[in-house]
Amino acid sequence: MSREQVLVSIRFALANAGICPPGLPAARPTQAIADPLARFIERATLHACSHERLASLAEVPARALAWLATRGEPGALSVAAPLVGLNWPADLRVDTGAASEATVAAVSLAFAGIAESGTLVMHSGPESPITHNFVPEFHVIVLHLEDLLPDQEAVWTKLRATGAMPRALNLIAGPSRTGDVEQTIQIGAHGPRAVHLLLVG
Amino acid sequence: MSTATGNFESRAALALKDASLQKALGNFKPLFVAKRASAVAELTDFEALRERAAQIKNAVLGELDIWLERYAEAVEAAGGKVHFAFDAEEAREIILRICREAGAKTICKGKSMVSEEIALNPALEAAGYEVVETDLGEYIIQLAQEPPSHIIAPAIHKTREQVADLFEAHHPGRPREDSVAGLVNEARHVLREKFFKADVGITGGNFLIAETGSSVIVTNEGNGDLSQTLARVHIVTSGIERVLPTLDDLSVFLRILARSATGQDTECYTTISTGPCRAGDPDGPQEYHVVLVDNGRSKMLGGKFRDMLRCIRCGACMNHCPVYSAVGGHAYGWVYPGPMGAILTPLFNGMAEHYDLPNACTLNGRCQSVCPVKIPLAELIRTLRSEQVKAGLMPARQRTLMAAWGWVARQPGLYHALERFGSRLLRARAGKAGRIASMPGAAAWTGIRDLPAPSGATFLEQWQQQRGGEQ
Ligand code: SF4
Repeated sequence: MSREQVLVSIRFALANAGICPPGLPAARPTQAIADPLARFIERATLHACSHERLASLAEVPARALAWLATRGEPGALSVAAPLVGLNWPADLRVDTGAASEATVAAVSLAFAGIAESGTLVMHSGPESPITHNFVPEFHVIVLHLEDLLPDQEAVWTKLRATGAMPRALNLIAGPSRTGDVEQTIQIGAHGPRAVHLLLVG
Repeated sequence: MSTATGNFESRAALALKDASLQKALGNFKPLFVAKRASAVAELTDFEALRERAAQIKNAVLGELDIWLERYAEAVEAAGGKVHFAFDAEEAREIILRICREAGAKTICKGKSMVSEEIALNPALEAAGYEVVETDLGEYIIQLAQEPPSHIIAPAIHKTREQVADLFEAHHPGRPREDSVAGLVNEARHVLREKFFKADVGITGGNFLIAETGSSVIVTNEGNGDLSQTLARVHIVTSGIERVLPTLDDLSVFLRILARSATGQDTECYTTISTGPCRAGDPDGPQEYHVVLVDNGRSKMLGGKFRDMLRCIRCGACMNHCPVYSAVGGHAYGWVYPGPMGAILTPLFNGMAEHYDLPNACTLNGRCQSVCPVKIPLAELIRTLRSEQVKAGLMPARQRTLMAAWGWVARQPGLYHALERFGSRLLRARAGKAGRIASMPGAAAWTGIRDLPAPSGATFLEQWQQQRGGEQ
């Protein structure tokens, strides 16, 4: 069996080399960030996200739809299940399942935000389809500011506290992009063409 | 396993005469270097992070068997399957079997250097699958039927016009696009349909996490995520050296990878995948497989080139290499170009077949000064050269000349006499200009630039004169 073959080959090599592993070094000391929110916004803007601040979750439908209106007709809207109970217009079709080819826009709820890198952390689960993060043209992400954490390490700690690693965890820094044609950065490769953040609290 | 004919020298000579390649490389040179420099400068502890990254890798490599077993257990606990492949052929067989059992027709691929290394696409295509590379750069070279010329920017050798020509030829019924925005949009539309059609999604794995049994990919386009999320079966291909103990270790690497690679502070998407979709999940693959490829790595672990296994495939070494930026990636003859390729290609594919790769290096050392995991690339290249000499691979003419020089260098009187003679001869040939415009036996140099002439007196003479003056 190849598993054995590979492991035996590794053990043989390590015994031959006779190099002792030095043991893992200590964790990186957390770099203090003076103003996490300012840093988060600065980085997210650098990554081409737009944002606005909301006093409460109730404002999400109006603000999300207003932003989407500037981008054209959203048609059917994919919305994360925890946000679907908000006051969306009665005549709007709101879908909470996996995104399909017809999906143009999605409104999602972030698991956390990372101040250091201006990144949104999304996780998979029955109420948060991963396709919402990649299939739509336009992506609105709602972040509760109490979920804004200083760095990745703090996110790992929060995750460990939930007990289980989700199937997928997406760290998102702005709309998709590519530099593959003549190194010219072009926004809107395969994922969303624009990402708008609604910062609540 | 080489992807090209001839040797490095002949391919490099052709590359230097290739006008569109030179145009593409001209765009390339300054960008990556400047962007990396500013991205690195903003971190006050970048050097400490590099050091720590190297330490983590060294520690893991020193007990690689243990970490791999822990990782495999964690993957299986999350419902995934781990397959070990001893060589490229076995890796291809495993992947073909998974695709066959899944009843697949269409396969979407995210960027993976291991899949290039094991020549996966030709094997899948020969078995009748429709294989679609979805990273834009990989898609372009798939259409052109060429190997990648850079590990993170595979189509860097193509100009915009060439991409437009390829798209026009391969996308019938679509108007020709000439702008970058138009071309990117065209690829988006064409590939969208494939993502939704795909049965199997194959991605690489930048990192594997033993703590959680996760694989990590880092991308800008979102293509890897669409490939792995929309297909029924997700296959991760990765080298056995990619495992890290914990998520906290991952954070060290995420801080240096994008900065070193593209000069971004972070790539757009970092995705951590753990097993197949769970009960109640509305999307995600039903099967999750990891193919761990050895293909010579465990042998490297026990030898002089173990340091090379720290490589995280960022591409910084080639971005800073004067040889790479003059001739591009294809001259290196295999999937790994630049300084890391000059080491890996002879190790994987034969020191004799790729004799001139380590010998084409100027040993200027810029690559190792930027390598985020502190691989002593220039030293390894030097070691490779001495291994080649020990194996009797140095050409006879060169060996004779080196032996003759070695003999002369051990006779100080003769050596200095010859040095004085040579120095004066060159001085005389240069005349008033102080530069030599043509020189028998050195036409390759003087054909394109003058040879600076020595000052006349040898170093030793000048040294003695100056010391004499001081006393
Ligand atoms: S050798 Fe170092 S610089 Fe080159 S690709 Fe590997 S990690 Fe990056």
